[in-house]
Amino acid sequence: MAIAKSFRQISTLVLVCLIFTFASANSVTPPKTSSSYAVEGRVKVEGIAAKVPASKTANIKVVLNAGQQVTFIRPDGYFSFQGVAAGTHLLEVVAMGYYFSPVRVDVSARLHGQVRAVAVETRRTLSEALVLEPLREEFYYERREPFSLVGLLKSPMGLMVGFMVVAVFLLPKLMESIDPEEMKRVQEEMRNQPTPSFNSLLQGRS
Amino acid sequence: MTLLAMQRSVIGVLILCSVWICSQALYEDQVGVWDWHQQYIGKVKHAVFQTQGSGRKRVIVATDENAIASLNLRTGEVYWRRVLGNSESIDALDLVSGKYVVSLSNEGSSVRAWHLPDGALVWESLLQPSPGPAASLLVLPIDINHDRSNDLLVFSGSMLFAVSSVDGNIIWKSDLQATRKDLVIKKLSLSSEGLLTGVGFSETSGLVTVDIDTRFGEVSKVTPVGVSKALDTAELILINNVAVALDSDLTTVVTALIKTDQDVKVVETPLADLFSGHVRNSQILQTNLEGAFALRVNDKVLVVKVDSSTGQLSVQEVLEGSVVLSDSLHVVDDKHGVAILQAAEEKSSSGKFSLRVVYADSWDTFAVKESVTLDSHRGSVKKVFLNAYLRTDRSYGFRALVVYEDHSLSLLQQGEIVWTREDGLASIIDTWTSELPLEKDRHAVAEVEHDLADWLKGHWLKLKATLLLASPEELAAVQALRLRSSDKNKMFRDHNGFRKLIIVLTKAGKVLALHTGDGRIVWSLLVPGLRSQSDLATTPLRLLPWQVPHRHALDENPIVLVVGRSDGGHAGTGILSWVDVYQGTELRSLKLNFPVKLVVPLPITDASEEQLHLFIDNEHNAHIFPATEESLALFLEHKANVFFYIVDKEKGKIVGYRIKHMVDNFSRRESDGHVFHTEPVWSIVFPSDSEVISSVVSKDPNEAVHTQSKVLSSRDVLYKYLNKNTIFVATVTPKAAQHIGDATPEEAGLVAYLIDTVTGRVLHRVTHPSVQGPVHAVFNENWVVYHYFNLKTYRHEMSVMEIYDQNRVGDKGVVQLMLGKHNATSPVSSYSLPSVEVKSQSYFFTFSVKAMTVTSTARGITGKHILVGTVGDQLLALDKRFVDPRRTLSPSQEEREEGIIPLTDAIPIFPQSYLTHVHQVEGLRGVLTVPARLESTSLVFAYGLDLFYTRTAPSRIYDSLTEDFSYSLLLITIVALVIAIVVTWILSERKELSEKWK
Repeated sequence: MAIAKSFRQISTLVLVCLIFTFASANSVTPPKTSSSYAVEGRVKVEGIAAKVPASKTANIKVVLNAGQQVTFIRPDGYFSFQGVAAGTHLLEVVAMGYYFSPVRVDVSARLHGQVRAVAVETRRTLSEALVLEPLREEFYYERREPFSLVGLLKSPMGLMVGFMVVAVFLLPKLMESIDPEEMKRVQEEMRNQPTPSFNSLLQGRS
Repeated sequence: MTLLAMQRSVIGVLILCSVWICSQALYEDQVGVWDWHQQYIGKVKHAVFQTQGSGRKRVIVATDENAIASLNLRTGEVYWRRVLGNSESIDALDLVSGKYVVSLSNEGSSVRAWHLPDGALVWESLLQPSPGPAASLLVLPIDINHDRSNDLLVFSGSMLFAVSSVDGNIIWKSDLQATRKDLVIKKLSLSSEGLLTGVGFSETSGLVTVDIDTRFGEVSKVTPVGVSKALDTAELILINNVAVALDSDLTTVVTALIKTDQDVKVVETPLADLFSGHVRNSQILQTNLEGAFALRVNDKVLVVKVDSSTGQLSVQEVLEGSVVLSDSLHVVDDKHGVAILQAAEEKSSSGKFSLRVVYADSWDTFAVKESVTLDSHRGSVKKVFLNAYLRTDRSYGFRALVVYEDHSLSLLQQGEIVWTREDGLASIIDTWTSELPLEKDRHAVAEVEHDLADWLKGHWLKLKATLLLASPEELAAVQALRLRSSDKNKMFRDHNGFRKLIIVLTKAGKVLALHTGDGRIVWSLLVPGLRSQSDLATTPLRLLPWQVPHRHALDENPIVLVVGRSDGGHAGTGILSWVDVYQGTELRSLKLNFPVKLVVPLPITDASEEQLHLFIDNEHNAHIFPATEESLALFLEHKANVFFYIVDKEKGKIVGYRIKHMVDNFSRRESDGHVFHTEPVWSIVFPSDSEVISSVVSKDPNEAVHTQSKVLSSRDVLYKYLNKNTIFVATVTPKAAQHIGDATPEEAGLVAYLIDTVTGRVLHRVTHPSVQGPVHAVFNENWVVYHYFNLKTYRHEMSVMEIYDQNRVGDKGVVQLMLGKHNATSPVSSYSLPSVEVKSQSYFFTFSVKAMTVTSTARGITGKHILVGTVGDQLLALDKRFVDPRRTLSPSQEEREEGIIPLTDAIPIFPQSYLTHVHQVEGLRGVLTVPARLESTSLVFAYGLDLFYTRTAPSRIYDSLTEDFSYSLLLITIVALVIAIVVTWILSERKELSEKWK
């Protein structure tokens, strides 16, 4: 239930779309080797930015191949890696408070750096405008349950108190409902086996 | 749904709940009660000030740890910080139009612009530089592409790029080697007419000047400059169109006046004219002074002024001893200030320095001359950055940012230290923890002091907070109360063992003691024995406990041993230094005569409780320390049981050695210890074309194991294989050793070994095809958990191996175990033929891992959590039960009772089980876990650029009341009960009376 709830929160939140372009298409940075491509993408940060201060969104990192390259997102969410070889790579997004699935990225040498991406957690292929959602929002703290009478009563101390209340007020009532003759018989038996009453105990009388 | 199935699912939910609970969550109001987090940036190498305008005054720094940070100039606290990737060292840093910070990193290949107020990335641009001299960044005073913003010039290798400062687009680029291959351009200068001139060397003609068109980046003219002498190509300085270099004999200063319209005029000045005395060595210092340059001759620094019209040199000042010059700073009009920081007295430890700011144009007028007392324990000053500000009386005042030898950072203003940051802590290389001193006179009872009213009030507030009835102000008061609780900060041992000293060794050779209570620095020591001399650089290597007193704990202090290596002069010989842990003083130091290849602490202590250590040199001789007769006698007694192994990752070889006889022809010097011959006993060579050693993990020799056996639900007993001499070795195929994406699944593979280090026997070997490193592993008790990357599924995986001893299978059964009819007490020997059973299982794990370790408790009874430093620099506590090899899809009723969780393909990650909660330990490198005296609790210290400390209870706190236990609620309940008793007594008394009247 909680997960479903957080999903709802997220659905308005973040869409990551990765747009991969062939580096040499970028007139500015022609690659030195033919197998080096640029991997560009975008984290749509509007949702996150509304929730956390800008200083936090500015620290969202994208990590390629477990630390081979690290880059930051721009305020509009764009990021890019350059000089990425053709082959299969792993992208991880580091954003405090959000859980992103790592993404498997296949950069094709034959198709001029065209890219296929799969979110490895969900095994979902991201369509050609690669869309990646954070799987959930993360709360790092346990939440304190709000004060409730039920909760208090359910605690061991509450149960003890409850039992005592039952013993003090309800048991005498029960006694009353017992047939007087039966009662007399029981009292008779009790007299044969005298037990100290609560009162006598308190007063120290035996 | 049948009743049984329902029952099962209910139990499953219950178990999951219990697991959930065990994942040690933290309430938001408990933050900072027993954890602390500190942010550091590392050793500063570039700094620019932003003090103009009305905004907040700040200084932007770039550090050796690849961090770019904006610091508050008044307090030194971090406004924002960005840490680049591991390989991206920062080459240059500058400010553009007061709005952006521009950084050049990764050997001049990436330029990034950061928004000054919040550090958001504005643009980034990748350049393709050619390898060459250090990359540099120049903010041009002109606008090339007419976008109303001054542009940047990046010079790296032989490539020159003009980059737009608005969007990072490359306006033009130019290869200066395009016309002549042998051209090495060293410096660029921009004349006031907007002409760009580069000066450098070429093989054929010595000095060369190049004219470059700033509009299009074309090399318009290459002018060779005839110099009669061959030049030293190491350093070239360009001052106001005068190039200065030394000749190859380092005896003559050659200056060349570069005028664009005329011929170049060369002036040669012998050093003898500038410096009276014999010149042993000379070097042009890499400084940026206006109209002058600095020259180091012997151990003096000469400031030499250059006449830009004649090229004549004149010595302005001769500075002796340790002196640091800042780059010159444009103050006003044509005045340029230079800060000179010089120790007031040579070789004194008073820490007195004189700071002078001189105007470089005239050099003899002091803008500021003041004497500052810097903390002497921070060592010498390595760098000074100067900044000017306008005082109210319209004169100029100066601030200086100072980087010390121990990498800490201070701001000086008006002869005072405004703030200091202990940034050496960003580069911790080794850690250890020590107990605090025992409380000598127990007057703590008398200190139950603070008056009762306060105490009651505090508890009343806490009660309200637990019942969630408190207002926000009251909550804040409770928080403050908790943080203030002085209990955790006391300087002696506590009953629960939570208070300890964390001893750390930093890259700068400094040892610091941090208090676990609040992370404050108790003492710090720049180890004198490890301080680099001018000609002798040293590298600190390890920190080892040397003496931990138990018998005389009241009067003796623990001692740590710092092991270092001297890099210059004698081929990497070792240095030892002994440091008192309570006083923070160096007791003695020793320069060894041999290089230290390996240090093996032996589990033997002598009468004074000094631990014996074995130092292995390059010839594989073993040196015993302490070098006393007593330790020798002790060692001879245990010699037959001493084994060690050396891992050679390059050759893919592990060799085990044993100790032979003593070397007798050694002169008995203290710096040698007792020297023994060793001989190889076994060796394992991995085939180099198919296996490369990725990681070798041994067990913690001090770990506490509570039980040797594991009782199953079927009342059978499994015996753990607990041989301490077992190591885990993971090898990967050579192609799979590097980064993900380098190897195809067919080319990759991992082999995991369990090896006995005494006999070299491979106890177990398992291969994982199509997986690759890096491998992170943790070895504890009888299990290994290792993390790697699976190329087939493209996910990270964690595998577990649990090792059980089959030799003892005969005595199964709990009854026999309880009656003592078993052989669990018989010693484990490496020589007995082992027959082990290894149970293993693999699970998917979401993240890349930076560090991995396991919690440790005093007696090993408490369950274990694996602590995983994730790619996001967080520390995740993972219950060991999730990586149990015995998990099955539908565990039976008994197995569930045993705590076995139904099998899932991936390990679930609960956000509440991040020990670091909302913090990140930026650049996480290592995690240290130490047992507290309280069995349930383990202390955790994670370090990287940041430091984080907390304590964790893997099986919840079962042996003490938690901090938030409400004593007041207990009291109120008792009072209420007493009142109830009295009331009911009165009532029953009355009733009895009325009954009697009947």
